[in-house]
Amino acid sequence: MDGINAKYVSKKISKTRWRPVSSSSLQQPDIFATGSWDNEDNSISIWSIGENGVSSMDDEFEGDPQLLCEYKHNGDVLDLQFLDQDRIVTASSTGAVTIFRHHHNSQTLSVSQLWERAHHYPCNNAPCTGVVCNSPEIVTVGEDGRIMLFRADQEGVLRTIEMADSSAIHAVTFLRTTEILTVNSIGQLKLWDFRQPGNEPSQILSLTGDRVPLHCVDRHPNQQHIVATGGQDGMLCIWDVRQGNMPISLMEAHTSEMWEVHFHPSNPGHLFSCSEDGSLLHWETSSNTDTPSLQGNRIKLLIISRSAIAPAGGNQSLINAWLTGDSSKGHLETTHMLPSQMLSVNSLDVLGQCLVCGTDGEAIYVNRYVPI
Amino acid sequence: MEEVDVEPTTTPIPGFDSNQKHLGFVWGPGDILVYETIYKASGGSAGGCPFVHEVRKDEDIYSPILRKLFNESHHIFVGLQRIREDLPSKNKKPQFVSISKNYRSVIRACMEELQQVAVSTQDAALATQYGNQVSILLAVELIWNLCEVLFIDAAPAGSLVLHLLDWVRLHKADVDEKAREVLASESPAEHQAYWDVVISYVLQGRMDEARQVLVKQAALQPAARVMFKLLDNLLMKMPIFNPGETQTLTEFDVKWRHWREEVDHCLQDQSFASNRHLEDICKILVGDEDVLLEYKELLSTWYHFLVTRLLFSHPTVKPTELHYYAQSSMHMFLDTRSVPEPLDSILLAAFEFDIHQVIKDCSIALNNWWFVGHLTDLLDHCKLLQSHNLHFGSNLREFLLLEYASGLFTHHSLWQLAVDYFDHCPEFGRVYLELQIERVPLDTERKALKVIRICEQRQMTEQVRSICKIMAKKALRNNRLGSALSWSIRAKDAAFATLISERFLQDYCAKGTFSDLDLIDNLGPAMLLSDRLTFLGKYREFHRLYGEKRFSDAAKLLLSLMTAKIAPHSFWMTLLTDALPLLEQKEVIFSADQTHELMFCLEELTSGKSVPTPDRPMQVLGYTPPYPLSNVCFPFNLLIHCFIICSNLYSCLARG
Repeated sequence: MDGINAKYVSKKISKTRWRPVSSSSLQQPDIFATGSWDNEDNSISIWSIGENGVSSMDDEFEGDPQLLCEYKHNGDVLDLQFLDQDRIVTASSTGAVTIFRHHHNSQTLSVSQLWERAHHYPCNNAPCTGVVCNSPEIVTVGEDGRIMLFRADQEGVLRTIEMADSSAIHAVTFLRTTEILTVNSIGQLKLWDFRQPGNEPSQILSLTGDRVPLHCVDRHPNQQHIVATGGQDGMLCIWDVRQGNMPISLMEAHTSEMWEVHFHPSNPGHLFSCSEDGSLLHWETSSNTDTPSLQGNRIKLLIISRSAIAPAGGNQSLINAWLTGDSSKGHLETTHMLPSQMLSVNSLDVLGQCLVCGTDGEAIYVNRYVPI
Repeated sequence: MEEVDVEPTTTPIPGFDSNQKHLGFVWGPGDILVYETIYKASGGSAGGCPFVHEVRKDEDIYSPILRKLFNESHHIFVGLQRIREDLPSKNKKPQFVSISKNYRSVIRACMEELQQVAVSTQDAALATQYGNQVSILLAVELIWNLCEVLFIDAAPAGSLVLHLLDWVRLHKADVDEKAREVLASESPAEHQAYWDVVISYVLQGRMDEARQVLVKQAALQPAARVMFKLLDNLLMKMPIFNPGETQTLTEFDVKWRHWREEVDHCLQDQSFASNRHLEDICKILVGDEDVLLEYKELLSTWYHFLVTRLLFSHPTVKPTELHYYAQSSMHMFLDTRSVPEPLDSILLAAFEFDIHQVIKDCSIALNNWWFVGHLTDLLDHCKLLQSHNLHFGSNLREFLLLEYASGLFTHHSLWQLAVDYFDHCPEFGRVYLELQIERVPLDTERKALKVIRICEQRQMTEQVRSICKIMAKKALRNNRLGSALSWSIRAKDAAFATLISERFLQDYCAKGTFSDLDLIDNLGPAMLLSDRLTFLGKYREFHRLYGEKRFSDAAKLLLSLMTAKIAPHSFWMTLLTDALPLLEQKEVIFSADQTHELMFCLEELTSGKSVPTPDRPMQVLGYTPPYPLSNVCFPFNLLIHCFIICSNLYSCLARG
């Protein structure tokens, strides 16, 4: 557990996100945002792990996150994404979608745009459960089963898909600029194409017969057809949205709800997941089969379906490691990244060599030396 | 009725005059609700105060800094519960001591943070509040540390004094600060606090440090060099018991007596008569109580006096003899003050090894159960509380933990921590959890899922059902049928599933289309939860088959819905109507047997006293009857029409 730094923050943390770094530089991230939930007064906070914080830092406190600024947030922060370097979009349990601006010079936050009751029932507010940005476009989903499309610079709503889901939508991600993927509480993945009119998804994928709620989804950064999902049973599923409606592989990971899953953005052979059971897992596919796995636990691969067999066509190099995952050959290794702890790890984010996660134990953990 | 231990405090309710009005109240788990009542039975609308006041005993859980204490100690608590019962107690003791130290370091961290904000805050009232919290934590840590030395570590004679010295040093750390100040000054030996520092070091048994500071003075007074050298030698030679070595306690005692005689000798020689300070130091070394009491200011507390006294007079004191010295030290030290403060009595009780008195006094003195709960739990793990049973509840440990956890549960956010505490209360923990968990407000599905997960891990099926039902009702109220159905399937609540299925069917009848197809088409085995849900699922399947033009499958399914009595009788007319377009298809879809059965169903329906009206318009399957159906005799028209078709068909088939 070297390099892991814990900080108690007196709020249950629902979301943690790194501020993006410009892709050209090799710089490591040093600023992250957190959102809290279930508090009387919730807030979003900006933290720094950089050296520009307190000057007289002992070695012991190196990398200890320093609070830069904080802003009150109405309702639980159910999701949080950076729109760009200085704007943050949040999804609230009140159904509101808010864009906050982080002023780097004065280290303050302000509300720059607010869509109140973006998600709602006829009379009550409906929690907005997920948000995804592709600047300037913002897509939100909610327990009301709606999908909303906004533009950061426009007040109105660009597009609403009413009754997109009969149950609550839990998470959303972009597949392409016009295509999104949502996961819901009855275990379905739905593909939506904004170019198509109407309120019907272009495709529905699900584990047949299984109605296990899905809580998170992430797309492979380079291969847009590969997505990872996690749900109530703690299983990690890898899907190829081009092929059928069964997951390519299904792996036992956590013992309770998987709240988030993320491919490493620049090194997608690595994947991270966190769960209600209080664990944070680092998954690694290694092409080098000769290396024996020393510290990793072997995971159990339940299904290795058709695409595990390489097609005869010969474009083998294009076949993603996640699709050929085979534990018997030591392709996949998992490592626990947190000391054993009890309360749920609600969120994680990984960028470069840095990982940040937040828990119901009111602690933020930062690891600046993730072995990637 | 037992006597009260302390007079209860009075909490004034703002805007309430107790001479004229009456108060009613209701107990809550961590607070009480107070409201004004109308005393007279015939009072009518006497214009009562519309406010309900919430009176809390514990403000600490609302302090953001103390929350860290609760969170971090939760972690330690859970770790402690996992220490295996079957380990030999010899192996456990170091673990218990290290857990005790962990708890203390959490208290210290909190204290430091509070101190920082107390200094930096601009608000005077806030600063005082933080200051108060710091002093409470200081006292708590002091008590805990002493309990650790006496009960958990249970240091034997010899080591005992060493541990007590550490305890005093840790809590009287201002000496080091003063020493730094003195040593940093231009000429330390002439600093006004110089001798205070030297003597403080001696009083704490820190001989090496005392000698280092003394050197500064010796250098200034070359004439008195011999004298300084002599004292330096005495300080250096003072024997300190070392439990790690092979030396026995008796050997140490002999050595110590020998040294003491030497010091005594120097006193009688008047070796230090020319320097008051050096002479005082020498007298301290022989444990002269009068001289010690002259340095009351430096000792500052009676327990520091006690430990210094033990160090120089009884370094091999046994734990069982402690209480005698403690009492006398307190009396000697506090003679001017009449009543000892709560902290004094708590520490004295600890020196007397009266654990229960310590816990009781702490419970009274502190406004929160954190300290007594965790300490009692740790002492219980050390098997120090076994004999004690309360005449209420189960035992002391469980009682205190339950109180603490209940307090946490009243907090909007910390309730999650309380769950693990309840888990480790074997007798009543589960009941408490069951009662509390259902009352957690559920704003979002995510929170509901977290609560359900807590219940499921503990096989609390009743609570899972109740929470799912709450969510289902909520969804229904918001007109989210699909969500409501999902929740009632999760709750395995057949009655509610039936109710929602009815709503779906009604909606279908009203609109002619099904909503929430993504859910209904994927019910799977969940469909079997209730008959009505099964019907809903199957009926939708019929529509899908029909839509896919798989007519014979559709017909078979439709018929089985009636013959297997899956469809409610009130819906049969609708089903028979659905059969019409199938009957009118060009190819024969219903076989002879099936047609027969269909007619049988029709007969059964008409033989009933009243023929129900079909619940929906007729256009659903794209079927237009050959005559207007809008007249009042519609059902009968339909039936006749059916009969005609059927009998025609039947005769056709009979002819071959």
